[in-house]
Amino acid sequence: MTQPLLGVERLGVTYPGRGFRRPASAVLKEVSIEIAHGETLGLVGESGSGKTTLGRAILGLAPVTSGRIIFDGEDISHAGRSERRRLAKDLQVVFQDPYTSLNPAMTIESILAEPLQAAGAPTQEARARIRELLDQVGLPADAARRLPREFSGGQRQRVAIARALALSPRLIVCDEPVSALDLSTQARVLDLFIEIQERTGVAYLFVSHDLAVIRHISHRVAVMYRGEIVEQGDAELVTSEPEHPYTQRLLLAAPVAHPVRQEKRRAERFRLRELHREQNLQSGALPARV
Amino acid sequence: MVAFICRRLLSGVALVFVVSALTAFLIFAGGMDIARNILGTNATEEQVAQRAAELGLDRPAWQQYADWLGAALTGDLGRSYFSSEPVLQALSTRLPVTLSVVLTAVLVTAVLSAALGVLAAVRRGWVDRFVQLANVVVGAIPNFWLALVLVSVFALNLRLFPATGYVPFLESPAGWLLSITLPVASLVIGGLGAAMIVRSSVIDVLRLDFVRTLRSRGLSQREVLTKHVMRNAAPPFLTVMSLAFIGMFGGAVVIEKVFAIPGVGTLANNAAQRGDVPLVLGVVSVTVAVVVVVNLVIDILNGWLNPKVRVQ
Amino acid sequence: MTISTPEQVDAAVAEAPRSGLARRFFSNPLGLVPSIVLAAIAVLSVASPWIAPHDPSDTILDQVNSAPNEVFLLGGDGSGRDVLSRLLLASRLTLIGAITVAIVSVVVGLVSGLLAGYLGKWIDSSLSWVNNVLMTVPSVIILVALFSVIGPNTVVTMAIFGVLISPFLFRLVRTLVIAVKNELYVDAARVSGLSGSRILGRHVLYAVRAPIIIIATGMVGAGILIQAGLEFLGLGSPSEPTWGGMLEDAFLNIFRSPLGILWPGIAIGLTAGCLSLIANALRDALEEPAPKARTKSVRLKDEALRRASAPAGTAEAPPEDALLVVSNLRVGYPQADGSARVVVDGVNLHVNKGEILGLVGESGSGKTQTAFSILRLLPEEAEFAGDVTFEGVPLLALSESEMQKIRGKRIAYIPQEPMSNLDPTFTIGHQLTVPMMRTLGLTKKEATARAKQLLERVGIADPERTFRAYPHEISGGMAQRVLIAGAVSCEPELIVADEPTTALDVTVQAEILDLLRELQKERGMAIILVTHNFGVVADLCDRVAVMQAGHIVETNTASELFDRPQHPYTRMLLSSTLEDTEPRKQRVAALTEGR
Repeated sequence: MTQPLLGVERLGVTYPGRGFRRPASAVLKEVSIEIAHGETLGLVGESGSGKTTLGRAILGLAPVTSGRIIFDGEDISHAGRSERRRLAKDLQVVFQDPYTSLNPAMTIESILAEPLQAAGAPTQEARARIRELLDQVGLPADAARRLPREFSGGQRQRVAIARALALSPRLIVCDEPVSALDLSTQARVLDLFIEIQERTGVAYLFVSHDLAVIRHISHRVAVMYRGEIVEQGDAELVTSEPEHPYTQRLLLAAPVAHPVRQEKRRAERFRLRELHREQNLQSGALPARV
Repeated sequence: MVAFICRRLLSGVALVFVVSALTAFLIFAGGMDIARNILGTNATEEQVAQRAAELGLDRPAWQQYADWLGAALTGDLGRSYFSSEPVLQALSTRLPVTLSVVLTAVLVTAVLSAALGVLAAVRRGWVDRFVQLANVVVGAIPNFWLALVLVSVFALNLRLFPATGYVPFLESPAGWLLSITLPVASLVIGGLGAAMIVRSSVIDVLRLDFVRTLRSRGLSQREVLTKHVMRNAAPPFLTVMSLAFIGMFGGAVVIEKVFAIPGVGTLANNAAQRGDVPLVLGVVSVTVAVVVVVNLVIDILNGWLNPKVRVQ
Repeated sequence: MTISTPEQVDAAVAEAPRSGLARRFFSNPLGLVPSIVLAAIAVLSVASPWIAPHDPSDTILDQVNSAPNEVFLLGGDGSGRDVLSRLLLASRLTLIGAITVAIVSVVVGLVSGLLAGYLGKWIDSSLSWVNNVLMTVPSVIILVALFSVIGPNTVVTMAIFGVLISPFLFRLVRTLVIAVKNELYVDAARVSGLSGSRILGRHVLYAVRAPIIIIATGMVGAGILIQAGLEFLGLGSPSEPTWGGMLEDAFLNIFRSPLGILWPGIAIGLTAGCLSLIANALRDALEEPAPKARTKSVRLKDEALRRASAPAGTAEAPPEDALLVVSNLRVGYPQADGSARVVVDGVNLHVNKGEILGLVGESGSGKTQTAFSILRLLPEEAEFAGDVTFEGVPLLALSESEMQKIRGKRIAYIPQEPMSNLDPTFTIGHQLTVPMMRTLGLTKKEATARAKQLLERVGIADPERTFRAYPHEISGGMAQRVLIAGAVSCEPELIVADEPTTALDVTVQAEILDLLRELQKERGMAIILVTHNFGVVADLCDRVAVMQAGHIVETNTASELFDRPQHPYTRMLLSSTLEDTEPRKQRVAALTEGR
């Protein structure tokens, strides 16, 4: 077994309590994941589960309080500014909100030029690369001189993908990149992600709350609940026959787009709920309700 | 809520302390020949030196301030260099005069700008255009110039109001009202820009989701506006009113000169021109203290209206 | 990728002329004219020593308080000096004062605001404290007090004023910097390897530059007024003419020459007024022009909204006893150029008693606008036409007060975003009981009892506590339960639910959908469920209407729609759902280098 591209070992992220005497809050507790070259690891969880924080910690945008993050054999848990600048070549990001992830005052060209300039690419080369990138993500070449507000959500997300691809990274952290998009756009952008991966061999950490999206794009899946990974494994297995009760709940809670099959899923969910309730009663715990 | 008030009070006391210390330091270390100022240009060097020694002006700045502070903490703000009147006494006769003008002006401004701002936001049309125009015009006119115009029109030509002077309320309520009408009017007109703030904050709140939801429950537009929208739009309004109070207190200094009102402003101006250090320091400290109290009242109001403020 | 997507076509259509901030500013006469006037004042003031017709300190006894005449064009002052020459020369001190205020306040406010916002932590808290102190200081009193030290020195006085007024800029810059710092595009820049100073320069300074000019303009205007006020008090330069000093002179002679206050007043007002107008025009120019309308435009005036359009979709004639019938509904918004942007274009649909109708579509399809039209809760500028008949009552023809009697009591509403739909300043109990008292005429006691019952019914564990709580004290899922309790509180016959589960986590969504299903069965109400999620539709709806670009393209029973979608758009949408797609296969061996 060769070395994985990214290894996260017993990672902990704790934010100090805000204000005097407030308790510190542990967002991530002993999280361990691995991503191989060219692989997509889907990370699924609900709001507040810590899935976004994990992505941000890998990118150096959240403080690591314990554990290690190893990228390509190198410990980057506490990488400094200059080290991060070097890592920018290999490690990139696509954020959820295509409206706030692009500076509204900058043209698409200057947005895409930013990582290239930071890496010291000469202007002429950068310009050629930008044309290439726009073509790769399916945007017209004349998009370069326009501003983000002239584009739809899906198109903006394509720009964000192009920016992430600019330096030909080896891993892209995708933080809910399709959840703000319409259904049909979502499907097309997901296909773009897959197509790029198959062509370039980039690996993804793909964060989403939507199990269906995760299943569509991931090779392997990790399920996050309250700052911990409760289950991880092969995508097909985890998303069809989950073992952990939380994953089961998550799977059955997502409605299927067909009345008959949804009715079946609902019945299964009720059955599972009863089962959990009985187990809880037996163990003396109170039934939880939102 | 009690902790909240205590915290604000404490920071208010610190504020009075810091501002008076800064002013005192600037005055004592500013290299001004205070003794010479008092005695005039005809006095000999020896007389000046003697006077400076009498007043303790020959000592280091920090020592002079420490003395002043020590006395101030026991409630003694010293005596005027010129009239020998205790500073506290001078202030206690002047402060009520200025406050009666400024507080009346702030209240009238609050009522007028709230009414105009809400109308402009809800009705739009001519009220809206008026408020927007007033905002530009008012921002361009010095309020003491307005005072001059008001004097020449209403006092000198129409003779409706007295041009100068102040009648204490207890002496004659009607006379008091007449004497402060023009000063208050000039301050109020200058403060009408606040209507614009009310307008935009009401418009912002009207766009919030809960307004639509409350209406979907069968509440009338009027009830949603008067109860829910007004309360949510209040914080920026209260902030503006606290700033208006501070601004009008300053504006009153100039207005008092136009109407020859014997208030704090006139006192401060005379004291500053003559270099009457104890009076200047007294005026600054007391003014800041008044501002602190008014801000505290506004903070409490804000906390009462907005439950989130109380928690933080 | 070379496939041409519909988005590309959109992009080509969206090509709109882009004009810079400066162009938008100067094309507005209210920005251009004051700028020219202000520039003229500046030129006059610099040139004043050469163009002033008289020496400003020359006195002519005949001209004491004289009216405008051919020697003294604007008359003479109380000492017989030329008002015009003095006005011109006095503008220099005003200009110096204004420049001083601008430089000092912008430098102090900008630097401290950037430091506090960007570095945060203790630097932020101490700078914020200092600025709060400065903000509560009455600057005129301080400046008057400091006159005893400074004496008549315009530059120093106005520099101190610049410091005293800088908190306005500080607060703005700090807030903007913090907002920008948390923007995702700054995170993206950081991940791209940009250094801190480049991020500050490129992203942060860029965002704050225009608001700084607006605030600075206002501060300079305030500075001019304060300077004049101090001069009027006699604290200005005794040797040079000043606008405020001239006002003081005119004030002392107001009985003899009442018009004397006019000229300096006009000079001050004109200068400060131009600054005020410039700030306003700049603010207008900053507001991004609305994106070009994509839907087709019609002129409102030629009654286009009322025109009968061919019935769209596959809607059959509504049954006689339908609860709600919407026919040929059109909703439009007037645009700046006089045209209308039509967002709902001839919608026909009906809801039977006790039925759940799903209204499905992507963003911008007009589904929410249709829902709001039924409740008559469209924004005021919206124009609408067509018919909405609820049990024989034509809703669109009702007056506001008649409609008010229907809302809440007969047609209720469940919103999308639970938190923003509760008033943060009132308790949940208050927001539940008052509408019941108004619409059902209950007493406060009855309404309270009923509200608590409802809270329990919608699955809230501690109704007493929640009743007394403020919205920020409960979770999003609880808030949505509260809103549902509010919607059903007056036993409506129809509920319009606008994406009621979109903002919720999927496990909470399942519970809320269960609750809606139970309540609907229990009370036999009809529901219009607006959603983009076909899973939600499949879970709850009896019939479905699919909307696209303001039209209903297909209406069908749920089982038919999922099994045999008729319209290509419906088929496209259904094929985009991922719920039952095959999971991705393991990586092709060639790509893997390990494992």
